[in-house]
Amino acid sequence: MIPLWMYLVVAAGLFCIGTYGVLARRNAVAVLMGVELMLNAVNINLVGFWRYMNPLETNGQVFAAFIFVVAAAEAAIGLAIIISIYRNRRSVVVDDVDLLKW
Amino acid sequence: MLEFNASTVAFVVMTLFILGGALGVVTTRNLIHATLYLILSLFGVAGYFVLLSAPFLAAVQVLVYIGAIAILIVFAVMLTRSMTRMSEILNGQWLLSAIVGAGLFLLLVIGVILPTWGNGGLLDATVSAPSQVVIDTVDLGKALVDRNGFVLPFEVASLLLTAAMIGAIVIARDDTE
Repeated sequence: MIPLWMYLVVAAGLFCIGTYGVLARRNAVAVLMGVELMLNAVNINLVGFWRYMNPLETNGQVFAAFIFVVAAAEAAIGLAIIISIYRNRRSVVVDDVDLLKW
Repeated sequence: MLEFNASTVAFVVMTLFILGGALGVVTTRNLIHATLYLILSLFGVAGYFVLLSAPFLAAVQVLVYIGAIAILIVFAVMLTRSMTRMSEILNGQWLLSAIVGAGLFLLLVIGVILPTWGNGGLLDATVSAPSQVVIDTVDLGKALVDRNGFVLPFEVASLLLTAAMIGAIVIARDDTE
């Protein structure tokens, strides 16, 4: 079988690519895609550790399922906010939305 | 050493899907193409779940991520059409972001490799051979509604989804009418 560390390295790479996307992209929708990549990397780690460390317990899979729920809620709210901002300001560039900047 | 069989080939292909798709997401100028790369990457993660013997999660990954979230993102991209092809896709801190991402990756890889270094070699698959007995979807479903299991988090998650759905409708609704 594939050793666990290979899954972990791929998940680390996916997480860091997602981090770069979140930090560097200007478009808010692209930032949200980066967040989705990071959540997926976490899910790979959860399921991988469950399979290799504790495959007779349900905890790992249940945690991964809750990540799905939170990701769905986050995507719905995030995209609603982006569309609302676009309607009001005609822009989805993250740097333009500095209403809360003190 | 890793033996050459179907699951190894599938692992390599899915890794290419995941990392190639992720690189496409963060580098593509056209956001529709970026979303398609995102779908490729999510599909690779679903393949990983199959390899890790979690078929229910693989199905949910395809249904929820590719079927719902990716389509939602396509909608958002199209509703903000004038922003789909910006001339400048990266902000002023992209170099710093790349350094942070690479440094984080280095740290994580050191943390992953270091504990297994030296005891039998990294490519020895027999060192970390897990048990062949795995819970199935029936056990997962029972645990989710079990009084001593996860029934409270399960209900809280349902409440979270309902609140998120109502919130999304309220935020995205046009108030001018």
